[in-house]
Amino acid sequence: MGHAIGRFLTTLLLAALCNTVLADLATDTGPAPGPGLHDILNQLASRSFDDKEAAIRQLAEQDHPRVVPLLNALMNRDLVQHRDSGAILLGRKNSDGWLLLDPVSEAEQQQVGSRDARPVVINNRLRTVINNQLALRDLASPDSEQRYQAAGQLIGNADPEMLSALTARRAKETVARVQDRIDVALNIATLDNDDLAARLNAIDALADSLHPAAKNALRDRVAASDNPAEVRAAEKALARIEARIERYQTADTLFFGLSLGSVLLLAAIGLAITFGVMGVINMAHGELIMIGAYTTYVIQQLLPNSHEWSLLIAIPAAFMVSALVGILIERFVIRFLYGRPLETLLATFGVSLILQQAVRVIFSPLNRTVVTPEWMSGALEINPVFSLTYNRLYIIFFALAVFLALLTLLKKTRLGLQVRAVSQNRTTARAMGIRSERVNAITFGLGSGIAGIAGVALAQLTNVGPNLGQSYIIDSFMVVVFGGVGNLWGTLTAAFSLGIANKLLEPMAGAVLAKIIVLIFIILFIQRKPRGLFPQRGRAAEE
Amino acid sequence: MQFSNTLKRLTAGIMLSGSLIYSGAAMAADTIKVGVLHSLSGTMAISESTLKDTVLMMIEEQNKKGGVMGKQLEPVVVDPASNWPLFAEKTRELISQQGVDVIFGCWTSVSRKSVLPVVEELNGLLFYPVQYEGEESSKNVFYTGAAPNQQAIPAVNYLINELGVERFVLAGTDYVYPRTTNKILEAYLKSKGVADKDIMINYTPFGHSDWQSIVSDIKAFGNQGKKTAVVSTINGDANVPFYKELGNQGVSAQDIPVVAFSVGEEELSGIDTGPLVGHLAAWNYFQSVYNDANDAFIAQWHDFTQDDKRVTNDPMEATYIGFNMWVKAVEKAQSTDTDKVAEAMIGMETPNLTGGTAVMNENHHLSKPVLIGEIQDDGQFAVVWETDGLVKGDAWSDYLPGSKDLISDWSAPTKCGNYNTKTQQCLGSKAMQ
Repeated sequence: MGHAIGRFLTTLLLAALCNTVLADLATDTGPAPGPGLHDILNQLASRSFDDKEAAIRQLAEQDHPRVVPLLNALMNRDLVQHRDSGAILLGRKNSDGWLLLDPVSEAEQQQVGSRDARPVVINNRLRTVINNQLALRDLASPDSEQRYQAAGQLIGNADPEMLSALTARRAKETVARVQDRIDVALNIATLDNDDLAARLNAIDALADSLHPAAKNALRDRVAASDNPAEVRAAEKALARIEARIERYQTADTLFFGLSLGSVLLLAAIGLAITFGVMGVINMAHGELIMIGAYTTYVIQQLLPNSHEWSLLIAIPAAFMVSALVGILIERFVIRFLYGRPLETLLATFGVSLILQQAVRVIFSPLNRTVVTPEWMSGALEINPVFSLTYNRLYIIFFALAVFLALLTLLKKTRLGLQVRAVSQNRTTARAMGIRSERVNAITFGLGSGIAGIAGVALAQLTNVGPNLGQSYIIDSFMVVVFGGVGNLWGTLTAAFSLGIANKLLEPMAGAVLAKIIVLIFIILFIQRKPRGLFPQRGRAAEE
Repeated sequence: MQFSNTLKRLTAGIMLSGSLIYSGAAMAADTIKVGVLHSLSGTMAISESTLKDTVLMMIEEQNKKGGVMGKQLEPVVVDPASNWPLFAEKTRELISQQGVDVIFGCWTSVSRKSVLPVVEELNGLLFYPVQYEGEESSKNVFYTGAAPNQQAIPAVNYLINELGVERFVLAGTDYVYPRTTNKILEAYLKSKGVADKDIMINYTPFGHSDWQSIVSDIKAFGNQGKKTAVVSTINGDANVPFYKELGNQGVSAQDIPVVAFSVGEEELSGIDTGPLVGHLAAWNYFQSVYNDANDAFIAQWHDFTQDDKRVTNDPMEATYIGFNMWVKAVEKAQSTDTDKVAEAMIGMETPNLTGGTAVMNENHHLSKPVLIGEIQDDGQFAVVWETDGLVKGDAWSDYLPGSKDLISDWSAPTKCGNYNTKTQQCLGSKAMQ
């Protein structure tokens, strides 16, 4: 309550401050057509989107410092209509409903209930109009990134006002990538010019652009032109663009394949330890992944203000939680079942059901939202037809890092030596003084912990719900068996080759069929080579 | 917070089942039994348990008003556990053993298809509250959700007329509802002169999570100069990674809008809707609709669930309309007999929650308004378009060659669910296959 009052007071003071500042501005700069602005805004109360569009255009024409904030407010649904008076005001949502402010002076007017005011509805067409208007102003922004975005927004827009603004900006622009974008926009507009030479120049220039608007403008030109030389030039430019797009599409498919492969690798790599190295068929592996994903969720709930970095804390936390659960499973269930694979399978399947139900009881059967941090959203745009999404990119690197760390652990450390010794020949290892029970527990914990880390990554890609594990358990076994049980490099190769194969098939066969084809291929392959791509020597092979 | 809520729900459930057994024994003589057939566990529990609560809320309110014909209503809740054959078994149990007079239930089309022969055999009464693919009409079923001409067709018209869309991606989950709906839409688009090469159809499995290639294909398909839109019949939680991937690959609603038929307030409540602003959905009701009836319904719902964050959605409104109509029909017929109630239902009118009146037609489908909403950053929809009046639900699509001559008319003298207007014959149960 005190908090609310504090916030209220702060808002009040801020509003008062803005008020005085604005009043100063008004007296300093002279023109302050306040009432006019109100009248224009009140036209937004209309139900017709045409009327609203007219009002927005009229608003944008005004020379007033409040125009840009008001356009942004409309975009963010901060402009509301008061139910009783019908006036369009600035609304701030608070716990009691809406605090209404004057849209021009930001002076506080009144507090109303949550259903006594409603945001002005805009649709996609109006959003485009507003975005264009904002982009037009951003062209003059001191920030080159903003100018770059603004130029991108205006590509393909034939409005003469926009074109003259672009031409004016081009003369002043110094940053190369902004220049390029403005050139594309201007060249597309030139294609409608009456001057043939200018059009031919524009066609030549656009042949280097991969922007879809450029391609479409050229295609329209081919259809509309009656000059054979121009048609030839445009067709040549189109052919060049198409060839480049095709090359980038292949690269795109490869990237998707790598990305799917990295997800498979992450899901399977923990299993490569527990199943591959120890020979335990752990049907609860998927649920260990799920626990990792839920750990990510819990960490985000505990640190509500640091979504950007909570993932970095979630990685070790998920490792610990899943490893702990894994060790408990090993100590209380699997330990008694070594050498009896069928019983292990059934027992761990039971464990997986218990874990799923536990999650349903604790967290509800509904999916939980894991927030994607800003630095993992969006895409690295290499050119208009080829971009790499950041979340996938990070996960590819993350999967490789986990793989290398695990490889080093197994090959270079004392623990790794013991694990390999026990997995190759338990009796001899025990004779050499290795406590095989302890090594078993630690190994299982390690495999489970890595499953937990996979859960952190998967929480960024898919739904965090009780069924998360189930959708990955089959894929994980598939990868480990295909790669050769007990061989980490085999797991890596299998994950990436299956990922890429799946993505190469998908455009041709569709998502459902592609998966079926891959499964059939694996069944046939296992028939021919039951030990997978890279058969392992040692205990697992002899049994 | 989370724990205490779960606990509260758990105790409420136990108390409810306890009181059911008690009331079943004590007042069996003078109550009207209402069957509630919604999955409370399994994959569909997310959506269906909300409808179970809605029916219980409506029954509680009706009982406070004195019940129906002076008798109290008694809910009989069963859990078909998202298991389609179990739906049929539970229906038989409800009608034969429990002797319920009406059933409110089902969500997926496959569960309705499984229940259908049982209610017809035992002459029961089923109210089905979810939008579906049409091509069906039963004497024993009242369809209070939207038929394709009350959702899919108006949505496509909006895309063509208001947004100038010329190319369509029909993306769906691989099962009966999306496949039938897309078949109708494809036929409709072709009748509007959309060429084959301007339609792309894509199916994905339930729970699909790797949308990279599909979104990239959609992007390439949409970059061919003509305005493109995606018509999505993607069902369930596969929508979350789909919309996420759209956002990541920079496909905004202004470039390629997605209009969805299975995404409502409940589905959005688990998603950060910031990047989705402007994508569309077509329904007959949105929580954001402003009027007193809706405000009262939302308040009642928050009161009943003791959680003022709970959202309302279209199938809840369909349940609300169906329940109120059934109450009125029983009072009009002064009987709970299936045939008498079914007869009284035709022509029945009750207020809907969007400020108008719902009418039950002779084909057992409602007349409803069609609304198109854009997703907002708070997980609600803002209505950007609505039909002028009510649209009458059409059981048999006019755009499929197999069904364009069929009508459904359960009023005298036709009394037929699939009457062929050309041959003037009733096909009977044959055509239902």
